[in-house]
Amino acid sequence: MLTIAQEIYDAIVAHAKRDHPDEACGVVAGPEGSDRPERFIPMVNAAGSPTFYEFDSSELLALYKDMDARDEEPVVVYHSHTATEAYPSRTDIGLASEPNAHYVLVSTREHGNSDGPVEFRSYRIIDGVVTEEEVATTPTTESSQKASTP
Amino acid sequence: MAIEVRIPTILRTYTDGAKAVDGAGGTLSALIDDLEGNHPGIKERLVEDRSGSTDLRRFVNVYINDEDVRFIGGLEAELSDGDQVVVLPAVAGGAR
Repeated sequence: MLTIAQEIYDAIVAHAKRDHPDEACGVVAGPEGSDRPERFIPMVNAAGSPTFYEFDSSELLALYKDMDARDEEPVVVYHSHTATEAYPSRTDIGLASEPNAHYVLVSTREHGNSDGPVEFRSYRIIDGVVTEEEVATTPTTESSQKASTP
Repeated sequence: MAIEVRIPTILRTYTDGAKAVDGAGGTLSALIDDLEGNHPGIKERLVEDRSGSTDLRRFVNVYINDEDVRFIGGLEAELSDGDQVVVLPAVAGGAR
């Protein structure tokens, strides 16, 4: 199960709506081994595409060095699908490389940039096997209020 | 003398869980061969055959002293003792 603060959940949804029709992407970092997604880090989709996302290579390095320095890991890796359901594609599965992460998918196909509910689903993707899991939100915590923006 | 190589989570199965290992080599290609000697199987995860020649896998990023090797010669990028190499899988995907 993914347990995530409501404020971070909302921030992921807002990012996906803002970048629609392109895919939005980012991570939520947390203390290594804690399984607590605490620090919201929206990333630029270097592919700038409605059907693909990729972190920019130098931003990827900076992100991992920063997490390393803070003893953090990517607890959540999120991205949006803008015309299809919030389920990992073959590409998503083939490229998933964080066995400890919750892969969150948001679909903006219903309402695009506008208000309205979105599909928000979470998965484990390990060795090509996708397992959907429940998502539970918690009231905003003190640590999530420290969430940073790039 | 050694080159420190930072290993991403997904490849630590090849390094007994170690986050960093030491390697040697005058080029990235030689370093990867050296790593393969001590951590069999890791090379296959870093490089692939592409139209007859060996190249870095498209979705594996390698940095030498914070520079993406794609901009400094790829597998032929030069290395010196004391350099730091970081391996990071791309964070990527898509709707198809």
